[in-house]
Amino acid sequence: MLRLPSFTYLQPSTLAEAWRMKADAGPDGAFVAGGTDLYPNMKRRQQEPKVVISLMGIPELAGCEMRDAGCVVGPCITLSELSILPSFRRSYPAVAHAAELVSTPLLRNMGTLGGNLCLDTRCNYYDQTYEWRKAIDFCMKKDGKICWVAPSSPRCWAVSSSDVAPVMVAIGAEFRLVGPKGERVMPAGRLYANDGINYLTKHPDEILAEVRLPAPDGWDAVYHKLRRRGSFDFPVLGVAAWIDWDGADIADARIVLGGVASWPQEVAEGGTTLKGTDLSDEAIARAADAAYRPAKPLDNTDFDLSWRKQMTRVYVKTALEELRERRRSTRKPS
Amino acid sequence: MATRRKTAADRPPDRLTAAFRVVGKALRKVDATAKVVGATKFADDVALPRMLYAKLLRSPHPHARILGIDPSRAAALAGVKAVLTGKDLPIPFGILPVSQDEHALAPDKVRFVGDPVAAVAAVSEETASAALDLIHVTYEPLRPVTDATDAVTHPEPRIHDYGDGGNLHKLIDLEFGDVAEGFAAADLVREDLLFFEGSTHLPMEQHAAVADWSPDGKLTLWSSTQTPHYVHRALAKVLELSPAKIRVIATPNGGGFGGKSDPFSHEIVVAKLAMLTGRPVKITLTREEVFYCHRGRHPALMWVKTGVKRDGAITAMHFKSLLDGGGYGSYGVASTYYTGALQTVTYHVPRYKFQGARAFTNKPPCGPKRGHGTPQPRFALEVHLDKIAEQLGMDPAELRLKHLVPPNSLTANWLRIGSMGLGPCIRKVVAGSGWKEKFRKLPHGKGIGLACSSYITGAGLAIYWNPMPHSGVQLKCDRGGGVTVFCGSTEIGQGSDSILAVIVAEVLGVDPFDIAIVTGDTDLTPVDLGSYSSRVTLMTGNAAIQAAERARDIIARHAARKLELPAERLAFAERRVFDVENPARGLSFADAVQLAEAAEGTVGTVGSYTPPASPGRYRGAGVGPSPAYSYSACVAEVDVDPATGIVRVPRIFIAHDVGRSINAATVMGQIEGSVYMGLGEALMEEMAYRGNRNVVHKIPSLLEYKSPTTLEMCDVVTYVVEDPDPNGPFGAKECGQGPLLPVPPAVANAVYDAVGVRIDVVPITPEKVFKALRRKAKGEEPRFGPTAFPDIPWPDPTRVPPPWEGGDGKAVPLTPGASPGLDGARIPGHAPGVRDR
Ligand SMILES: Cc1cc2nc3c(=O)[nH]c(=O)nc-3n(C[C@H](O)[C@H](O)[C@H](O)COP(=O)(O)OP(=O)(O)OC[C@H]3O[C@@H](n4cnc5c(N)ncnc54)[C@H](O)[C@@H]3O)c2cc1C
Ligand code: SF4
Repeated sequence: MLRLPSFTYLQPSTLAEAWRMKADAGPDGAFVAGGTDLYPNMKRRQQEPKVVISLMGIPELAGCEMRDAGCVVGPCITLSELSILPSFRRSYPAVAHAAELVSTPLLRNMGTLGGNLCLDTRCNYYDQTYEWRKAIDFCMKKDGKICWVAPSSPRCWAVSSSDVAPVMVAIGAEFRLVGPKGERVMPAGRLYANDGINYLTKHPDEILAEVRLPAPDGWDAVYHKLRRRGSFDFPVLGVAAWIDWDGADIADARIVLGGVASWPQEVAEGGTTLKGTDLSDEAIARAADAAYRPAKPLDNTDFDLSWRKQMTRVYVKTALEELRERRRSTRKPS
Repeated sequence: MATRRKTAADRPPDRLTAAFRVVGKALRKVDATAKVVGATKFADDVALPRMLYAKLLRSPHPHARILGIDPSRAAALAGVKAVLTGKDLPIPFGILPVSQDEHALAPDKVRFVGDPVAAVAAVSEETASAALDLIHVTYEPLRPVTDATDAVTHPEPRIHDYGDGGNLHKLIDLEFGDVAEGFAAADLVREDLLFFEGSTHLPMEQHAAVADWSPDGKLTLWSSTQTPHYVHRALAKVLELSPAKIRVIATPNGGGFGGKSDPFSHEIVVAKLAMLTGRPVKITLTREEVFYCHRGRHPALMWVKTGVKRDGAITAMHFKSLLDGGGYGSYGVASTYYTGALQTVTYHVPRYKFQGARAFTNKPPCGPKRGHGTPQPRFALEVHLDKIAEQLGMDPAELRLKHLVPPNSLTANWLRIGSMGLGPCIRKVVAGSGWKEKFRKLPHGKGIGLACSSYITGAGLAIYWNPMPHSGVQLKCDRGGGVTVFCGSTEIGQGSDSILAVIVAEVLGVDPFDIAIVTGDTDLTPVDLGSYSSRVTLMTGNAAIQAAERARDIIARHAARKLELPAERLAFAERRVFDVENPARGLSFADAVQLAEAAEGTVGTVGSYTPPASPGRYRGAGVGPSPAYSYSACVAEVDVDPATGIVRVPRIFIAHDVGRSINAATVMGQIEGSVYMGLGEALMEEMAYRGNRNVVHKIPSLLEYKSPTTLEMCDVVTYVVEDPDPNGPFGAKECGQGPLLPVPPAVANAVYDAVGVRIDVVPITPEKVFKALRRKAKGEEPRFGPTAFPDIPWPDPTRVPPPWEGGDGKAVPLTPGASPGLDGARIPGHAPGVRDR
């Protein structure tokens, strides 16, 4: 059997306790929430913490609260809870939908929002056991020197594979990070860096403490996911599209792609081309084209890379069409 | 042989037509409750006092010479009790006598990433894993062979120093009549090239084994194996122990599908470690290691050429296959023959030529996966026929129906067909699916496709030549009315234990749940060759019938005396023995057993089964013959998204001729399970390797090796057709593998119907459909598939005249133009002596 290595498991009940434990453990310490990302990685020796500190017993990190200015979600809410909470589903269908598309029902019962947003980047040269990686002489993300996906490249191209992160970036969510040295609030997009190894801008001691969502008025968003099977699989392409409506026209728009880069990749041009339009077929085609061009999938996920690139156009188009359809159906009565 | 004749003669004539009490009902499996509540003890659940844990060190190189191994640091690690390397187990083994090319631990050379080189037994799995890192192996890497075509073009360096030259393991060339003449007589001759990707079994249970060496010098091995008898033989050979000192217990398998049919390195290693340490030793493979054990579907490149008359009648067929065998022989020689054996059993093929090649490559060995060697050629043949039907302007269902092989006939390659229910199968799926209203009439993006197939019900020959029965059953009746059945068969989830219970219950008139089943234990049970080649129901069933009928005779003798009736008037039913003419007059079954036991002693009988001899007597005739052939017809509905190439299969209609359904519930389960597996192979399953990166398996995990989830699984409409075969128990034929075969070609044909592109490769992935659609849009050939078949140094053909050309089943000498009885005028009609419908 593939076994977890031995490690010390700690359960703090306050943030201060968690930081102390982390400080004691140093680089050998890691936070864990649901563990659905961390534990498989530990089995494969991709991550080798000796001390694992659970965030699940810290009350501040739990819950989900609707406020006038939006919604504040604790990172330790499980994806199952997030996707079935009726009030949340009603106000943030795109987020609930993205959460619902993550892996399998069993994993969603354990996996958390925070863990999903801090998910390790993925690559099928890296998400392998120690023995397998040894057979290719490892890669620079762990234990090795070279990137097998792009051997001449100085960086790692492991893929951002979270389903919820692109939606957070698209709808303009904010993250509150707290650490022993204080706290900061940043736009969701700022948490991520386009680097397969240093994919988070967060300091290892910092804990994602809150996810703040904008009040649901005037805007709409959707998330479309491409994967081989209807369950279980990580996205090989995620399309989060957000539109701020001004009557029948678009005041602002954002298109963010998951699964094509080491971070949730915003396609700025895609959003700009949509501004001022009413989501006509031509506008959609232009935006889809804008998204297609910069998408640079590499050969490190499921499916052929050229097909994945082709699919950005198709998926951006259907995402925008859905938004248009939704707009039409909600506006009809008036 | 004597046994078989006796069985046949003993049979009451009404066995195929009688009304049954138990046979044919939908019954719960006898072991179902334990499985559902989690009480079944699988191999990994076996735990013994003082048990050690073993781990295997595997090669990180696809092809390398081992220059040295230094295990000293590992041996010195605290908690490590023993370390083994190749020199400790120098005797080779392999499932086939002709391919004894494996070692439990590679002594001098590794042949794929994952090939075991050393083993450790330690007090915990963690310690054993840590010890592996301390074993130092020096390798000299050799050029790896990445696939079959690479093996053809690179005979050096050789992976093995045996075989049919270079890196070609096996070459076959068989000719049944002059095909050139057949092609000349055709109105249309078509050639196609197709490729079937390799796939693996993916059983839920990972292989596990526990060995115990008792102080009195006896070895016991518990293992999740489908073939305890062959494991028994391999252990005796490699460990140089008398078979009498070895007991192999096949634990219930959490799925097998052919992947647990070879003797494996880990089984031999734990046995040796238990002998060395005097402590029980367990190993449970990781999922990744299961991918390295493999023995799955051979990737097969295929070329097929068929001549047909205007009405679709085949005049001749020539079939070539090139199989990527991986690093060892395994069942590969048989697999290669199978890619050419069953082309002739569905539609009449008067002249047939087969050329098959298996290459050694530096990947985990391929072997038997559900359908063993036949899904690939079946895919090729059924897609090829779909294209032929279109060219002839015929409905593909009609074309097939018109040219079915007649029942009770011989084929060109000397296979004896018994019952043949393909016609009714085709009619069922055609009617059920609304084929006539839908074929070539659905809107763009929606399609429907048809394909058929046939499979053996047990191989006619054992894996090693011997004149003994293939299956044995011992039966004991208890005074209390219970019955115990002992049989070497192995329960792999397919329901073989339940089949024994149902059959014995039918004959003895007791409840199937009154029967205790003892299986898969070489100390306790008579030999059954194992759960492979769909042989179990037919062979153990016939053996069980014989044993049960013998017991019934004994009991009837004494019951008759007591009831003062002739024994022929007694019936066994409802746990009673009674007068058929006056059912009130009778005894309980238990009382009848007591009478028999009082008079004759313990009521115990045996039964056994040996398949009939095959009429084919040429070299190579051993693969293909079977006591009976099952038949299936399938219609698949598909939705193809032209924008993405994504194919979904909403529904599959499948009809299967099972001869006789023994347990309606398990028949249904096997058919649906086969459709599931076929669907996975059709759409996504793929043993993918990185040829340019040390030939590592690309995706050895349950997450990334894609097989359908419940969401991808289609609705299945099943029709069970029963055309009883006189060789089957109550007429039964197989149903565990055959229904897989028509699924991939039916899906491929449906994709063509939906969007007009031919995908001549499985799996039919969105990328391939998308590429073909783009080609079509550009006015190029609307197809995705292989483009060339490499030149292979075929040997001189073995020429065997078909039955209707005066042959006697033997090969004729190689004198050109001298095939006896060759008569062009008779092509393509059915030959004299071969019964037509
Ligand atoms: C088979 C399989 C399929 C999957 N499929 C998908 C999929 O389709 N889509 C998808 O998005 N994900 C998928 N996942 C990944 C994972 O299950 C989810 O992303 C899940 O939400 C991770 O949450 P977790 O709580 O289990 O994370 P954990 O494993 O507990 O944590 C993941 C990482 O985040 C860090 N972390 C967690 N919480 C915090 C916090 N509050 N502050 C700072 N750091 C934190 C941890 O230290 C760790 O490094 C899959 C996983 C598996 C095993
Ligand atoms: S992208 Fe390159 S460096 Fe990063 S994980 Fe994959 S192979 Fe390793």
